[in-house]
Amino acid sequence: MTVTGTRERVAVPTPRARSMPTGAWGAKAGFVVAVLAVWEIGIRLGDFGAIPAPTVLGKALVDLIAEGRIAAPVLDTLTSWALGLLVSAAIGVPVGLVLGVSTSIYRLCRFLLDFLRTIPSLALVPLAVLLYGSGLASKTLLITFACVWPIMLQTVYGVRDIDPVAEETCRSYRIRPVQRALFLILPSAAGYLATGLRIAAGVSLLLSLSAEIIIPAPGIGQEITMAQLGGAVPTMYAWIVAAGVLGIVINFLFARVERRALRWHPSQRQGGGR
Amino acid sequence: MTRIMRILRTLAWEFSVPLVLIVLWWMLSGASGSLYYPPLSRILTRFHELWLFERFTTDALPSVTNLAVGYLSAATIGIGLGVAMGLTPWLRETVNPAVQFLRALPAVALLPLAIQLLGIGWSMKAGVIFFGSLWPILLNTIDGVRSIDPLVNEVARSYRITRRQQVLRIVLPAAGPQIFVGLRASLSVAVILLLASELVGSTSGIGFFVLQAQRQFNITDMWAGMVLLGVLGYLLNLGLQAIERRVLSWHLASRRKNRPEARSQTKKESAVD
Repeated sequence: MTVTGTRERVAVPTPRARSMPTGAWGAKAGFVVAVLAVWEIGIRLGDFGAIPAPTVLGKALVDLIAEGRIAAPVLDTLTSWALGLLVSAAIGVPVGLVLGVSTSIYRLCRFLLDFLRTIPSLALVPLAVLLYGSGLASKTLLITFACVWPIMLQTVYGVRDIDPVAEETCRSYRIRPVQRALFLILPSAAGYLATGLRIAAGVSLLLSLSAEIIIPAPGIGQEITMAQLGGAVPTMYAWIVAAGVLGIVINFLFARVERRALRWHPSQRQGGGR
Repeated sequence: MTRIMRILRTLAWEFSVPLVLIVLWWMLSGASGSLYYPPLSRILTRFHELWLFERFTTDALPSVTNLAVGYLSAATIGIGLGVAMGLTPWLRETVNPAVQFLRALPAVALLPLAIQLLGIGWSMKAGVIFFGSLWPILLNTIDGVRSIDPLVNEVARSYRITRRQQVLRIVLPAAGPQIFVGLRASLSVAVILLLASELVGSTSGIGFFVLQAQRQFNITDMWAGMVLLGVLGYLLNLGLQAIERRVLSWHLASRRKNRPEARSQTKKESAVD
């Protein structure tokens, strides 16, 4: 990305991974295996307190899957993750469109937006618990409060970044507002919006887990806490790994969908993802 | 004269809506007997009593210190490691899978683990904040270093510029804008983690205070704490913005020059990662 590029990018390494020579896969796998081996040997040789060896951890994870205990918490976490993301998009995109089109409304709301979005969402935990108890509603509220900003702001920037020539062309052809929104504004903002959604997806998972740990609400986060309190250390690590895998899968899927849906977009076209 | 008018007009644009909202809140909650939404006037009175400066040193200061320790060490190590990894392809490629996994790991999931390893002292909180804010900084630094025009580095080599000079004078400034994207993204992560760590295992801090107030149904105190958190988050962002404007002044100036006015407004805004 050039220094002057306007499109917000929070390092997305996936598109580049493709262009990597296949020989490097050996080195990568080797490094992972080496880390695991050092970890295993280290634990076997000396005592590192509560950290389990990779094999023990692996066994705990397999046990979780084999006993079928893994499905329900993962589903709980994913439900709140998806719901929060949906609500955020339902609020963020329309508001972002309005703010992007109208400079005066944007100026009126700018300070408010800047202030609201810097409020850490977790500050609302006590209020959410007080109002909605410890269920899905609380989690969704917390997630929405955090995820709506990246989506909204990216939409605003996307609308702002419309090619002036295309905009003037639309105007000289007297294209109606609805069609203008559908065929000019939305496609032009799509790249930014996709980035906003991808960022929000990560934040949503983070908030989901935080809420589950702190409130506590049912989900992977609660399982981690319960395993820790119950002294089931390998199980706790297994849940942490599960959370990590979920994060990777979500990140991968969003990068994938973004690339596929925006194949026509300049940001994806030139030079493999730049 | 006209300048004063212009400033006044800007102020009116920017602050009219927030002002109206605050006044509305004040009036609507003024006679409120609701347990959950106490009158704003009472919240502000409590805010004044609590944070200026009675509990400031016991609750607000430790929070800010933990945040500073975790965030600053993440920035130092993230930028240092990022430059090294950005300049050395083999290192980057080898470590990449591990980095990808660790970065995708939601840092809050490590809270129970951190409590087990480090207890519930400041080191646990700073550690969790460090771990969470490291990745956005690291990845953005790598990205920024990699996107430097290869020609620039080749010119540096043919002039036999030393590595140290190259890093300080060429690599860091060129990657600067991207590094700041990472710094901004991880600042919000850091604040979230600060709260999470205080809400889970702690005996002091703003987060702890707010939770305690809620559990004792001391709703006015809870609101006062939440207002402080909002102000804190806003001030931190403002501070980082000021630093960025200072460090990257050359970059911002060059952008303003290169683009038509309307588009220069569309600065690279951070969003939380």
